[in-house]
Amino acid sequence: MMPTFFALTGAVLMGVGTYGLLALPHLLRRIIAFNLMGSGVFLFFGAAGARGGAVDAIPQALIITGIVVALSASALAVALIVALARSTGTVTLADEDTTS
Amino acid sequence: MTLALDLALCALIVCVSLATVAGGGIFRAIIFFITYGLFLAIGWARLGAFDVALAEAAIGAGLTGVLLLAAHGRLRRMRTKAVVQRTGLNLPAALAATAMTGALGWAWFALPAPSVPDLSQSIAQTGVGNPVTAVLLNFRAWDTLLESIVLLAALLGVWMLAREEDWNTPLGPRYHALSGGVLVGFGRLLPPVGLIFGAYLVWAGAESVGGAFQGGTVLAAVGLVALMANVLPAPSISQAGLRIALVLGPGVFLCTGLLAAALGSDFLSIAPEVAKAMILTIEIALSISIAVTLALLVLGPPVDTQGAP
Repeated sequence: MMPTFFALTGAVLMGVGTYGLLALPHLLRRIIAFNLMGSGVFLFFGAAGARGGAVDAIPQALIITGIVVALSASALAVALIVALARSTGTVTLADEDTTS
Repeated sequence: MTLALDLALCALIVCVSLATVAGGGIFRAIIFFITYGLFLAIGWARLGAFDVALAEAAIGAGLTGVLLLAAHGRLRRMRTKAVVQRTGLNLPAALAATAMTGALGWAWFALPAPSVPDLSQSIAQTGVGNPVTAVLLNFRAWDTLLESIVLLAALLGVWMLAREEDWNTPLGPRYHALSGGVLVGFGRLLPPVGLIFGAYLVWAGAESVGGAFQGGTVLAAVGLVALMANVLPAPSISQAGLRIALVLGPGVFLCTGLLAAALGSDFLSIAPEVAKAMILTIEIALSISIAVTLALLVLGPPVDTQGAP
């Protein structure tokens, strides 16, 4: 029963993250939303590995790998946003009219 | 009782994630995101995945939080144009999100029953007692080797965003710590404790909860606290020791893999007789590289804060 709760929580987190990624104009908040999506998938995956009782070691190892890669991708994205802000003075994408 | 605890925990995780996405302020969103990571770590512990719980708390909540807070501060100093957040629900996005959640929820109940591979027979030959470490460094060593290279590639990507004239300036923003203040106190108090704890996590990872990634993250956090308190001087890209530390882990990992191939077995395979010693060697080298790479990723590219706004 317990893995089901966490899997459904993971599904909801995935939805919350998707909404944030699509609806929020601030790029830093999109990174946060993207991280929410990632951890939602991890939770779903981990819960799927826990259905046999104890959590399987292979999903655990892959999730740890995923968490570290998510951080490095976030760091690169943050650096890109700072570079964008330095050159254009905005923290949103140009084709989205959000500053007027 | 435990059912109520799990339900309350799941409800908390969902509520905090909603608070992260809803509302206006970016600072608020970051603080809620850090809180979210800590609750999620408790969730992982409830699932029995203690290694993941440690990684989520240290990397997902801790380092990502520091990264976002530092970026927020940097953007604020640049005085970027204010972002006007439309109020009200964005209907297409909400529909997409609901579809995503619905599809995943449906997939959960449609998933076939798992057939968990029995690792208990082969764990004895891997040289370590923690099955997660055995998977990371023995069974799926390819993944971990490539992951350590991904970390390095991300750092190179971050550094490539530096301007030509800033290349030799110290990395990261300049921190101003009040002498005798709380931060300086922490900067002297936390590193010894953190160093012991990080080294312990690396060592203990072979047999119980812990590992190179969790230990390396704690060591990275120690370095960042010391930098912010101005106890350590800010590093710069041209330092040779720094560059050696960055490639030490992937290098040792690759060399042991090539050595195994040269001795007649497969690339990255580990003979059971020397497994424990080899895995510990790789883990210690990896955690040094992970600690330095993660800390430098969080610090960001070299920026000359004197000239530019």
